[in-house]
Amino acid sequence: MKLHSKDILGMKELTPGEILLILDTADSFAEVSTRDIKKVPTLRGKTIINLFYEASTRTRTSFELAAKRLSADSINISTSTSSVVKGETLIDTARTLEAMNPDIVVIRHSASGAPHLIARMVRHSVINGGDGFHEHPTQALLDMLTIRRRKGSLKGLEVAIIGDIAHSRVAHSNIHGLTRMGCRVTVCGPAPMIPRDVEQLGVSVTCNMEEAVRNRDVVMMLRIQFERHRASFPSIREYAKFYCLNEERLALANPGALVMHPGPINRGTEIAPDIADGMQSVILEQVTNGIAVRMALLYLLSGGSP
Amino acid sequence: MKRLLRGARIIDPSQNLDGVLDLLIEDGRIRSLGGTTTAGGDLTGIEEWDLTGKIVVPGLVDMHTHLREPGFEYKETIRSGSEAAAAGGFTSVACMANTNPVNDTRSVTEFILRKAREHGIVRVYPVAAISRGLRGEVLTEFGDLKEAGAAAFSDDGKWVVDSSLMRQALEYAASFGMPVISHCEDPFLSKDGAMNEGRVSTELGLQGIPSIGEEIAVRREIALAEYTGVPVHIAHVSTAGSVRAIREAKKAGIPVTAETAPHYFTLTEDLLEGYDTSYKVNPPLRGKRDVEAVKEGLADGTIDAIATDHAPHSSIEKDVEFEYAACGMIGLETALGLSLKLVRDGVLTMPQLVEKMSLHPARILRIPRGTLKEGADGDVTVIDPDVFWKVRVDSFRSLSRNSPFHGWPLQGKAVMTLLGGEIRHNEL
Repeated sequence: MKLHSKDILGMKELTPGEILLILDTADSFAEVSTRDIKKVPTLRGKTIINLFYEASTRTRTSFELAAKRLSADSINISTSTSSVVKGETLIDTARTLEAMNPDIVVIRHSASGAPHLIARMVRHSVINGGDGFHEHPTQALLDMLTIRRRKGSLKGLEVAIIGDIAHSRVAHSNIHGLTRMGCRVTVCGPAPMIPRDVEQLGVSVTCNMEEAVRNRDVVMMLRIQFERHRASFPSIREYAKFYCLNEERLALANPGALVMHPGPINRGTEIAPDIADGMQSVILEQVTNGIAVRMALLYLLSGGSP
Repeated sequence: MKRLLRGARIIDPSQNLDGVLDLLIEDGRIRSLGGTTTAGGDLTGIEEWDLTGKIVVPGLVDMHTHLREPGFEYKETIRSGSEAAAAGGFTSVACMANTNPVNDTRSVTEFILRKAREHGIVRVYPVAAISRGLRGEVLTEFGDLKEAGAAAFSDDGKWVVDSSLMRQALEYAASFGMPVISHCEDPFLSKDGAMNEGRVSTELGLQGIPSIGEEIAVRREIALAEYTGVPVHIAHVSTAGSVRAIREAKKAGIPVTAETAPHYFTLTEDLLEGYDTSYKVNPPLRGKRDVEAVKEGLADGTIDAIATDHAPHSSIEKDVEFEYAACGMIGLETALGLSLKLVRDGVLTMPQLVEKMSLHPARILRIPRGTLKEGADGDVTVIDPDVFWKVRVDSFRSLSRNSPFHGWPLQGKAVMTLLGGEIRHNEL
């Protein structure tokens, strides 16, 4: 079993078999990060470029550590999308990097579809590290790995995704991935943050947080980016009043429900501090599993098999 | 100089004519139309064309095109756009004002007309801006622009948001007998939008442009037309709601006319799934229901005209991230081929298609085109309705290549275009 494409552009393009392959491979790599010497020679001689057009700490660090733990050479390019106004076009940048013969380029970009534009142009593999409001497939995969390691299986789980669904690539990727693996997904947020026709993606929709949380196995909170979407809701205070995951609301979920968040968290806005740090929170496990998932993808795209 | 077009099916809706006839053009004008015997007189010096199996119609009129000159000559020039028009069967085109400088003064209108006349390939009718700099603040000098040769007024590309200014524009234009064309788009609803709002925009993570952004604007123009009694023309209708609003308005006797473009009855938003910027256009490609409604609107007469909204852009504007890419697609050389499918599919009869691509746009613009009546200028398009051909952007006369129809097999095209009796395009 191999991946059908040279690129990982979105969860929408992955089959259930491919998702299982990635999760199984990630499981086997997870152990590497627990060793005293956290390095295996698997990808020695491979070159990986992290091309980040948006600020990122955890995703970029995670990809970089994943590459290093597999002994690949990795370099980071952090640039700003403001260069589109005066500088080089994305296609020219991509071709320039291609001329240096990398094996894999990870791209994060504020424009939806930017990784697809590059992937069409180049021979090497492209991993989408987050594009606009479109997809963030490695985040969804690490979320799914985290759920699976805790719950044993994804099938039949009730998952709520709560926050700014319209502007969340994490939500979009998880909707595709989780529904494909047999979860029942409910999305919830203030009405202006629910994108049109989202129910056609196979999810239930509610604007009532209590309803969204009740009887769920997983409650996934999204980061509210008030600096970006001020127009979507009147105030942070109002948002927190109706959509913050606190003790009373979490009590409505199934016993042992997992609390997830892709980070960075806004304490007190979308999640209460005691919940973020509480027994049911797997937020830091998500971070740990992120490295394993990214190691698995780098490995599989380099032609490795489990 | 005499030219005899023999044996073709001649369709001229301006005189309810549809039959196999001979057309004689003399000294640039339509001399006679009749049975094969009418040309039996003096045959000396007559150039004869056997057009058996072809369709001869009044030269096509595109009431909505962008020629990009002055200012964006790397995308299109008046010359290249004229050549593309002639190749597509058009003898008259109305060019929009969003050039650089904007066509909001006499000198720009005169420049466009002078260039067009120098080339003499098609007739160019400049559409001048409604407001100075297309800023929606102050009216342009309608009277002076009319004297300079402007054919209509439009801030195409932008809606005139200020309802009071639009009311003034309609009333003031009417006092000069000039038509006003409205690009209907509420900019608050379409802000930052890259495609139609719906399931596909949600999946692609692109900011959506809701259909109501167009429909609210259409309904305001209808209200203004009703209140002032002045006709308004709605550009590039793309949604079912717009079609319904215009249909109701016409039923109520409100003076509104409308056009659509071939992509709005041919393509749907699903095609954007690969982020191909050649499908990025404004108004955006909509859903299947909208496409069906546009066809119904064409069939029942709600939509009067088919225009191209020919919008040339170079690779500099198109080979970039989807949300940064310019809106627009070229259409002069594919419009007829795409529209003929409506006839084969039974949406329109051939005479209705000729109305929508020649007579109606001429009437809306109030220009003496769209007819083969005796004495009219010899603007004639010869159509081969059967020929199969493949769209190849590299063979376009247009300077730009931004067509989503590259590689499409089409049936039917213009094979000869005559302007004032002179052959401007010929594939025979």
